Order: sequence, then structure tokens, then C-alpha cells
Amino acid sequence: MTTEDHLHLPPADTAPEGDDRWAFGTGFTDPLHGVDTALPPGADGAALAAYCLALGDDALVLAQRLAQWCTHAPELEEEVALANIGLDLLGQARLLLTRAGQADGSGRDEDRLAYFRDAPEFRNVLLAELPNGDFAHSTARLLALSAWRLALFGRLTGSADPVLAAVAAKGVSELAYHREYAAQWVVRLGDGTDESHRRMQEAVDALWPRLGELLAVSATERRAVDEGFGADPAAVNEEFEAVMRQVLDAAGLRDPGPLLPGEPAGRLGAHSEYLAPLLDEMQSVARAHPEATW
Amino acid sequence: MVTRLRPVPPPPAGAAPGGAAPDEAAVRARRAAESVPDPELPQLTLADLGVLRGVEVAPDGTVTASLTPTYSGCPAMAEMRADLAARLHAAGFAEVRIRTVLDPPWSTDLITPDGRRKLAEAGIAPPGPAPRRTSGPVPLELSPVRRAVPCPRCGSADTEETSRFSATACKALRRCRACREPFEHVKEI
Repeated sequence: MTTEDHLHLPPADTAPEGDDRWAFGTGFTDPLHGVDTALPPGADGAALAAYCLALGDDALVLAQRLAQWCTHAPELEEEVALANIGLDLLGQARLLLTRAGQADGSGRDEDRLAYFRDAPEFRNVLLAELPNGDFAHSTARLLALSAWRLALFGRLTGSADPVLAAVAAKGVSELAYHREYAAQWVVRLGDGTDESHRRMQEAVDALWPRLGELLAVSATERRAVDEGFGADPAAVNEEFEAVMRQVLDAAGLRDPGPLLPGEPAGRLGAHSEYLAPLLDEMQSVARAHPEATW
Repeated sequence: MVTRLRPVPPPPAGAAPGGAAPDEAAVRARRAAESVPDPELPQLTLADLGVLRGVEVAPDGTVTASLTPTYSGCPAMAEMRADLAARLHAAGFAEVRIRTVLDPPWSTDLITPDGRRKLAEAGIAPPGPAPRRTSGPVPLELSPVRRAVPCPRCGSADTEETSRFSATACKALRRCRACREPFEHVKEI
């Protein structure tokens, strides 16, 4: 008996609900099932989709990186914490990718978008896809991305798109926990032993030039603001910078200097060499057994 | 704690399926939905947890039940939907629709007093009041927050947090300094 004998395709006319079980993370029921997903009147569906895709991809790719800490973290508690943070982000990604597939009219569901796009079609910032490095590097990255995302989601609760507003309102309390977790570790390591301080400073110094991309305003983000469903990047960036400096100060870490907007590389699909191998791993089973359930 | 269930709609004219009076069908549907256990905290029902947002029976006998997820990534949503549909089918309703409601987001404040009692009985410390979210930036608290969470086993107030995250996203891990037992705490969101 081959592995394939255990796999079957669900009948086309039945939802994968009830006794069918999703296999390998594919075939979940639509997380926006039964939600009123009509577009706000006059909204440009393609622009909304591009915005949701960028924010969904940030979460999806970072969730995958966080999952790689399983069995590698310094303590079991940190492993559990990082996996839980990844799970929250995966949930946010599912909602946002589903919204993107509805808004652009393509009918692509979350699985299609997560598992069947190649690296140049992803719109996440490069910071999310970089290898984990040591715990200090991972924690510095998590602090930056959760602080930035929390500043953004806090404002998206007022988005003209009711679905995006609801996703953001739900995400705010989750991201507040993520940011707090990362910030407390940065303080603990920065204000810890000589060795932990040295390594945390090194991680912050390495992070700093990477933040330019996060502060950049891509055409997708500018369009989202014009359309009324995006958040003002200037306000988001101001809050983000203030939080970063508050944490550095509390941690006794040296401020590496002014933060300047860089190029929106990942938002345009120009990724580092690290994204394709990450996607290879994430997408391999879904591509080997498309639509499989067990 | 007020129940989040919407009022039962007035009985429409005409007989409901199975010959039952329409209002009886609505009560039966609501009771069936309310009794579904949560897949991860089976001591609690979906109603105890505050994730059941409404149960309605249309004049043609179709039941619509509304659910809200606890966390965005809650892996139990598919199970909840399947369990809820199965329970309503077993109660005699052929047509069942499960709606997801995202707005307003779930908060631990929606766990009913019954739900809190059942959590404590299962050795899980129930949540305190959720943080109030005002408009504007969420302040960053850098000093560890001292929450008064009494030990669900011995009742001592002398407990400490060992991890903000636990076996599920909705729980933190704590330890009692008096009886030395670890326990979980449903953290406030």
C-alpha cells in the first residue's frame, strides 16, 4: 500500500467540513466563512488585495521562521512562546490572504496563495524572511516586526474595509503580547551579563539597517491610504520608532543612530536568497499532494 | 455576565419541521448549540467560553449558529464548527449553517461565571478583567506585570508567572510558591 492510498480528493461539491480532515495544513475551511465580505462601496479591489497580501505575507513568513525555533530554543518555555506567537501570526495570515483572494476577484483561496506562489510573488518585507540567527537576533527582529505591526493594526481598526478592521481589532491584543514578550527579552539580555549584553547589542546593530525597508512607503501602502482602508505610514513609523528607542533605553543598549526609510524591496517582490528555501520547505507537501485530505 | 445569545425570534406562522412549534424549535436549537463542549477546554461549553454569538431558526427550519474565534490562529475553529453542526443535526435540524463573526473580537470578559467556575474546578486559573483598550497607541509595559492570580489548587495568592505562553495561545503558565504546583492561567485579552 502506498501513501497515496490514504489520500483522497474531497468531492468537489462538499465543503471540507465534518469528518474530512485537512492534510498537512491544506484544505482548512475558509477562516472568513460566513463573514460579510462585500467590498466597501467604491473601493478598488485590486488595491485592497495588494495591501492585504503584503500584511498577510509578513505574518506567514515570520510564522514559518518562528516555527523553526521548535526544538532549538534555549528553554522549553521559549519554544512554546515562539510557537504560539507564530500560530497567532499564521491565523492573521490566513484571514488576510483569504481577504486578498476575495478582493482581487481571482477567487484564489488561502491555500492557493500560501502554497502555490513562488518567491517573487511574495510581498513580505525582507526582515521577516531572514534566517533566525541566534536568540538575540530573532528577538530583535520579533520586537521590530511586532512593534511595527501593532502600531499599524491599532490604526487599521478604523479601516474603511470592515473585514480588515475586524482582523486588525482581533490582532491588536495578540500583537501586544508578542511585542511585550520580545521587549522584555531584549531588556533582560541587554541588561544582563556582559556576554548577553554584547550579543544583544550586536543583534540590534545588525537589525538597524534592515529597518529602512519597514519605514519605506510602497505604492501599495500609499494607494491603501488614498483609498481609505490603509493606515498613515508616518504615524505608524513615529510610534514604531518611539517604542524601539524606549526598549533600547530600558535595556541599556546603545542607540545605533537615526532611522531612515529605505527601498520597499520585498513589497515589490525583490527578495533575498533566503525566501525561496523557506518556501520550498513550507510548500513541499502541499505541492506534492495538491488538495489532499486524509 | 449577560449571555451573548440573541433573543429567540418570535414564532413565525406555520409549522416547524418535525411538527414542533417554532418557538420550541428555537429553544431546542439553542440548547443543543449551548451544550457543545470546547475541543481544547472540554470542561467548558462553547456558551461558557463566550464564543457562541447567536442561534437562530428560520421559518423553513434552517438553523444559523454564529461563532467567533478566541485567537486569530485558534486551530480549534474547524472542530468547533463541525461539532456544532453535528450536535444540531443530532437534535433534528437538517439544514445547519455556521457563521463566523469577527467583530467585535472575543475577549476573556465574555467567559461566563459558570465558565470561570468550571475552569477553576479543572485547576486552571480563570482570567481577571481584560485590559481596557482605548484609542491610540497601546502603551508598552516593560516591568513584569504583577497580576494577582490565586492558585486554583490551594488558593494561595503567592504565585508567579513562569511563561506568558502555555500549551494553548490563550493560557499562561504559572507556579504556586505555597503548594509548589504549576498551573495554567487563562490570560486576559
